[in-house]
Amino acid sequence: MSRASQVVHTWRAPLALAAASAVGLTSALLSDGAGDVLAWLALGAPVVVVAWCVLPRVQRQYFRSGIE
Amino acid sequence: MLTPSALRSWYVVHKWTSLVSTLFLLLLCISGLPLIFHHELDHALGNVIDPPESAAGVAPGERANLDAIVAAARARKPEHAVQFVSRDADEPDAWFVGLGETISAPETAEFYTFDARSGQFVHEYPLNRGVLNLLFRLHTDMFAGLPGTLFLGLMGMLLAASLVSGVLVYGPFMRKLSFGSVRYERSTRTQWLDLHNLLGIATALWLFTVGVTGVVNTLSRPILGYWQMTELASMTSPYAGRPPLEREGSAQRAVDAARAAAPDSELSFIAFPGNPFASPHHYVAFMHGSTPLTSRLLTPILVDAETSAVVDQRALPWYALTLLLSQPLHFGDYGGLPLKVLWALLDVVAIVVLGSGVYLWLKKWRVPVESRLDVLQAEAAE
Repeated sequence: MSRASQVVHTWRAPLALAAASAVGLTSALLSDGAGDVLAWLALGAPVVVVAWCVLPRVQRQYFRSGIE
Repeated sequence: MLTPSALRSWYVVHKWTSLVSTLFLLLLCISGLPLIFHHELDHALGNVIDPPESAAGVAPGERANLDAIVAAARARKPEHAVQFVSRDADEPDAWFVGLGETISAPETAEFYTFDARSGQFVHEYPLNRGVLNLLFRLHTDMFAGLPGTLFLGLMGMLLAASLVSGVLVYGPFMRKLSFGSVRYERSTRTQWLDLHNLLGIATALWLFTVGVTGVVNTLSRPILGYWQMTELASMTSPYAGRPPLEREGSAQRAVDAARAAAPDSELSFIAFPGNPFASPHHYVAFMHGSTPLTSRLLTPILVDAETSAVVDQRALPWYALTLLLSQPLHFGDYGGLPLKVLWALLDVVAIVVLGSGVYLWLKKWRVPVESRLDVLQAEAAE
């Protein structure tokens, strides 16, 4: 992997989540109704991504340790 | 790209800023978790009781005279002084009256709710007791007053430094890994390192925002004190040297005058003559706007306490507006209940990041992390 594509590979997802967080933090401050809904979706992104990365593995761990 | 020595320096910054502050940050995250829902909990615990749906014997649209409400509040506690009355945009049928042991006492001693239609007394908030007050004090000053608050602000600054340095060392650690990988097949410590990196980087901007706005909130007393000494003093200076008020003047007429001077605004609170937020000769009405953003910002209107004439009206300076904007961004109370729930979930993630950081430090690598950093650099050079 070239250095440039390495940087993109490492930082694409973190930057996308930071951008979503920034949108979520500001949109509810700028508008009621639509701004609130956008804030829930955008600030929900890091929560959903964390859960999506962690929970399936936690479950797999749990079942594996249950069988053993 | 970081040079090896820069990476090592940032790692040292991350380790030490975190180690020094983690215990206090855990205290802040844990005590702050229920405080996100303090509005709901205050109602559920009966600390706050709203005026009834309808006021008996009052014509629709009729409003009680504020001076009668102030007199009723004073009669409940004659030895104390009414410092301010306030409104809540979400509770238009209520007037809140705050009293202190003296007009200029920094602490509120009584906080009453009155029905704005009938003028009837509704409820007294139980100040300085209960579990929410305990959590609030732990969260804001650890029962140590202004020094405690400023100390927690310092811990917030360390959090900001820890987040910046943590983001900078994230890249080299992730060189061989895809985003979100947690190597469950590896040692427990590696799993927790991966989780620490994933949870930390995913929530970094939110935690940075809440941390920095928290630091600004710890500076509220110095910020407001500076505004009182400079801007407010200059607004009231034409009255300097005048003899004390013979009578206080009507609060209702002061509110009416302020509302007439700012017809697109609504009253947030009005400070009474002699309070540090007013002057010995003035009421100061703090007005807010009606959009989501301007409803958080205040404009002070100076009202002559004797004549009820508006004397001056000035926008707050940038540092006071920064403080006011930092409040919603710290509390998460500006996007309904779903935003509060997200605030709570992100706070739980932050607690896991803090806890895993301590675990990683306690369980050090079999090889010191400094030599691991060297390996990472060598891999990068291949």
